Amino acid sequence: MIEKMDQIFVSLLHWLISFLPAFLQPFVGVVICVAVIVCLYPALFALAVLLERKGLGRMQNRYGPNRVGPFGILQPIADGVKSLTKEDIVPLSADAVVHFLAPVVLVVAVFMGFAVLPMGRNMVLVDMDAGLLFYFAMSATTELSVFMAGWSSRNKYSLLGAMRAVAQMISYEVPLLMSSVAVVMITGSLSLTKIVAAQDSYTGIFPHWYIFTPWGFAGFVMYAIATTAETNRSPFDLPEGESELVAGYHTEYSGFKFALFFLGEYVAMFSISGLGTTLFLGGWSAPFSFLTWVPSWIWFFSKIMLSICVFIWVRGTLPRLRQDQLMNFAWKFVLPMTLLNLFVAALWHFLGEGWQRWVFCSAILVVAYVAMGLVEMRSDHFGPRKYRYAE
Amino acid sequence: MSVVFYILAAMTIAGGLAAMLLKNTVHCALAVTVAFSGLAFLFLELDAQFAGFAQILVYVGAVAILVVFAILLTRGSETPKDSVYSKNWLAGLVIAAGVFAVLGWAVLQSAAVLPHETATPTVTVLDIGNALMTRYVLPLEIVALLLTVAMIGAVIVALHEKTEAQ
Repeated sequence: MIEKMDQIFVSLLHWLISFLPAFLQPFVGVVICVAVIVCLYPALFALAVLLERKGLGRMQNRYGPNRVGPFGILQPIADGVKSLTKEDIVPLSADAVVHFLAPVVLVVAVFMGFAVLPMGRNMVLVDMDAGLLFYFAMSATTELSVFMAGWSSRNKYSLLGAMRAVAQMISYEVPLLMSSVAVVMITGSLSLTKIVAAQDSYTGIFPHWYIFTPWGFAGFVMYAIATTAETNRSPFDLPEGESELVAGYHTEYSGFKFALFFLGEYVAMFSISGLGTTLFLGGWSAPFSFLTWVPSWIWFFSKIMLSICVFIWVRGTLPRLRQDQLMNFAWKFVLPMTLLNLFVAALWHFLGEGWQRWVFCSAILVVAYVAMGLVEMRSDHFGPRKYRYAE
Repeated sequence: MSVVFYILAAMTIAGGLAAMLLKNTVHCALAVTVAFSGLAFLFLELDAQFAGFAQILVYVGAVAILVVFAILLTRGSETPKDSVYSKNWLAGLVIAAGVFAVLGWAVLQSAAVLPHETATPTVTVLDIGNALMTRYVLPLEIVALLLTVAMIGAVIVALHEKTEAQ
C-alpha cells in the first residue's frame, strides 16, 4: 500500500499509455509528463504569489490581499485575469522581435530545468548522466533573456537594470557552481538521481543528507545566497528594485508579457530550490527513518515550499544590498569560502569515519568564516565619501 | 545523415549567415548565439553529452554575454551609416574558400587513417574526469594558468584606467 501511494503517478502514467500501440508509447509518455510539469508549476506559482503577498503583508504588520475571496485566496485568479486583459504596449522605438522573444526565451529556459529534477522515487523526466551540467546550462541561458529584455526596450532604466542584473547573475553563478561541485565530488556522479540515492540512507533515525555535514551545511548556505542572487530576489534585487529603477529590465512590458516574466522568475525559484533540495536536503527522502511511509513526492514538494517560504521570509527581513556591496560580497567572500569548502569536503572524504573529521572540518570552516569576515568585510573608509564620475 | 542533422546544420548555418549579414550589431550577436546552440545540439546528437552541455554553459552562457557587453559598452550598437559589406569581398571569399579546402582535406585524410570503429564508444563524464586527471593533466594545468593570466590581465587593464582617470 505504501509503495502504491509512492508510485501512484508512475503507475497512472503506465496505465494511461498502455492503451496505445508500442511504438507510440514513449513519445506519448514524455508528452504527458511534460504537460503535467507545465500545468503543475504555474499552479504552484499562483500559490507562491499568494503566500508571498500575505506573508510579506503580515511581516510588515498589515493584511495582504483580503478582498478577493476569503482571506484573499482567489487573488491569483484575479491577477491572472488582469494580466490577460491588459493592453500590450510596445514602445515605438523598441526592437519588436527581440522585445517579443525575451519573455519566451526566459520561460522556455526555466521550464527546461525541470527535466532533470527527481521529483519522487522513479519520477525523473530524463535521467541524464550529466544532469547537473544540463541544469546549469539551462540556467545560464536565462541571463541572455534578461539582457534581451533590457536592451530591446530602448529605455535607459531598462538597460541599466539589465546590465546590473546580468553582472549580478554571472558573478553569483560561480559560487553556485562551486558549491554544487563539492556535492558532486563526494557523490562521484553528476547524475541527480545518484546524488539523491546517496543521501537516502539513515543512521539510527537521522538521515544522511549532505546538509548535516560541515561542508554540506556551509555549501548549502552559500548555495542559498547564490540562488537568492541568481533569481534577483531581495536582498539582491537591485536590478528590479521599484524605488531604484522603476522596474528594471521589465519596465516596458505590460499585460501578459510581464506576467510571463513574473512567472519565469517564480518558476526559476521553484526550479533552483528543487535543485537545492536534491543536492543538499536529500531530494525526495524522508527526514526521519520512521517517516518513510509518507510518499516521496510529498517530501520533495514540501521541501520546495519550505524553501519558498524561506525566500519570502528573507525578502521581508533584510534590506537591499547596493550593487558594489553585492559584487564585493560575491567575489571577495563567497567565492573564497566555496573554494575552501571544496578542500574541506575532500578532507572529510579522506579522513574516514569517526569524530575527528567532524571536529577538523567544522573548525576549519568556522575559523575561516570568522577570519574572512573580520578581514575582508571591514570598512575602514570612514571619511568623507569619494565620488567617481563616468568619463 | 539523418533529418535531425540536416535541421540542426541548417539552423547553425542560418545563425552564422545572419550574424554576418544583419545590420544591427546586437542582432548579429544574438544570431551567433543561435549558431552556438546549433553546434551544441549537434554535439548532443552525436551522444557527446558533456561536450554539448559544456558548449551551452560556456558559449551561450558566458561568451555570448561577453560579446553583448562588449557591444553595449562601446559604440557598436549604433547602426552603421555606410554599407556593411566590404569592398574587397572577392578576396575574402577566395581566402575563406582556401581555408575551407585545407580543413576539409585534413579532416577527410584523417578519417581514412583512423581504424574502422565498429560501435560508437560511450564516453561518460567519469571517463572524461579520469582522462583529465591522469593523461591530460598537463594541458589542464596549462589552460588553468592561461585563464588565471587572462583574469589578472583584465584586472590590470581596468585598474590602469582608474588611476589614469584620477
